[in-house]
Amino acid sequence: MNIVVCVKYVPDAQADRTFNASDNTTDRENVDGLLSELDEYAVEAALKIVEAGEGEVTVLTVGPDQAADAIKKALQMGAHKGVHVKDDAIHGSDAPATSLVLAEAIKKLTADSPADLVITGMASTDGTMGVVPAMLAERLGLPAVTYAAELTVDGGTATIRRDGDVSTQTIEATLPALVSVTDQINEPRYPSFKGIMAAKKKPVEQLSLADLGLDAAQVGLDASWTKVDSFAARPPRAQGTIVTDEGDGGEKLAAFLAERKFI
Amino acid sequence: MAEVLVLVDHVDGKVRKTTSELLTIARRLGEPSAVFIGSGFDAAKETLAKFGAAKVYRVESPDVLGHLIAPQAELLAQLVGSASPAAVLIPSNAEGKEIAARLAIKTESGLITDAVDVKPGEGGGVATTQSVFAGSYTVEATITKGTPIVTVKPNSAAPEEAPAAAADEVVDFAPSEAAKSARITESKEKQATGRPELTEAAIVVSGGRGTSGDFAPVEALADSLGAAVGASRAAVDAGWYPHTSQVGQTGKQVSPQLYVACGISGAIQHRAGMQTSKTIVAVNKDNEAPIFELVDFGVVGDLFKVLPQATEAIKAAKG
Repeated sequence: MNIVVCVKYVPDAQADRTFNASDNTTDRENVDGLLSELDEYAVEAALKIVEAGEGEVTVLTVGPDQAADAIKKALQMGAHKGVHVKDDAIHGSDAPATSLVLAEAIKKLTADSPADLVITGMASTDGTMGVVPAMLAERLGLPAVTYAAELTVDGGTATIRRDGDVSTQTIEATLPALVSVTDQINEPRYPSFKGIMAAKKKPVEQLSLADLGLDAAQVGLDASWTKVDSFAARPPRAQGTIVTDEGDGGEKLAAFLAERKFI
Repeated sequence: MAEVLVLVDHVDGKVRKTTSELLTIARRLGEPSAVFIGSGFDAAKETLAKFGAAKVYRVESPDVLGHLIAPQAELLAQLVGSASPAAVLIPSNAEGKEIAARLAIKTESGLITDAVDVKPGEGGGVATTQSVFAGSYTVEATITKGTPIVTVKPNSAAPEEAPAAAADEVVDFAPSEAAKSARITESKEKQATGRPELTEAAIVVSGGRGTSGDFAPVEALADSLGAAVGASRAAVDAGWYPHTSQVGQTGKQVSPQLYVACGISGAIQHRAGMQTSKTIVAVNKDNEAPIFELVDFGVVGDLFKVLPQATEAIKAAKG
């Protein structure tokens, strides 16, 4: 079983995230970053599958130098090798261009040993679009089964359970397939000391756009199919009224709602 | 006038409110053409006509809905090719964003997701507003390539009645074999709660760790207000409420008129899902809970005392 997990290095959501005033892109320099939380579930899902049988998990990312930390964390969890696509020209890429780079990287690294599964998180925690998995599947010509809360792979078929708003569904696709997973699917392991040490020796391949046969004109800010015109910080909320319940807290709450015309 | 394709969000012809919002927005950009996939058109026609659909493209083949979203994306790509619309508007839910994603690649078009406002761009094109980074920033953007595709969040526009013909046209469409390579093999309907859908509701009442698993007071308050019920990640992880009710960074992001947080501390994970709500109220035993930094009104107290009292007062006021 040959699995590629796509991961993203994102600014820490607990920190103050912001934009670069110079080009309206996300500031990825001045904020601490880490492996996107939702991607940990994808790494864990891949590891569980190969540990139950045999195979290899390759973790792939597209990002600036610091994105190496995302790969490192995945390797520490147990992924076997990493691939890091980095190129200054990729800065400011939109989702379509990101999916193009990921697709070409996957084609390159699976040329000799095809992937059975591509696994991703359901969305990144910075852009939160949740569209790159489907775009990637479209570019690779793969079926996509997304938002998996449970995943089993058996005899060339991937089966997932998806907990939708209106119904719970069982969905299947013949491999090779792309699967995206939610944070309900498993509990990602903390890297063990052994895992951290072992990660140091695992191979990480660096690739540039040229290595993928891509041109700078196909990616980056200028090639983007959408443009951020402006950004503005939301004004802070005005201080509210806080009361302590002395036997009348509920009535005061109702009075507030009435005053604001909610009842 | 150019057409604007609007993907209809419905269950067997029962059209959801988001569709009337999208039709209203579509009228700002061109002439709305609804795209209706599945059965139940006769039930839907009136609503589509009422909110301005000049035309409705219909596809009823069961092949299309049993294979997840790939066939729907192919259908929309075919319509983009034949109708040359000014834009494509799709509801911003999980399915909608996936359809939009494949469509963007198929038609080489720019895509904006989770728009809270959509308007004609300066000098043509389509401009959007989004609320990003857990609602801490607002972004104005323009789609610059292809046929602009926008997924729009619920409650982004007040639906405006604008009676139109809703003239239907059955589309000759068959999904490719590749589009049918994923299949739904089983579907269990969830029990309807009778409450509004979480992302569409005008009022949301949520429960967290402070409920200790007993959501009864939260539900009673919600029902007195006609509200949807949400849950914090802690409550969902503890198994007290389903994941589909989770409000937060890894759950749903909601922006209702009123959000009431009960027994929820207000960690960033949760705030990311609700801090753009217009009015925020919280009830929590801990006067230092971060949620109180966000509120318009807060009660420091035991939710098992405060909520029932509030519910009674609300019911009395409503008569």
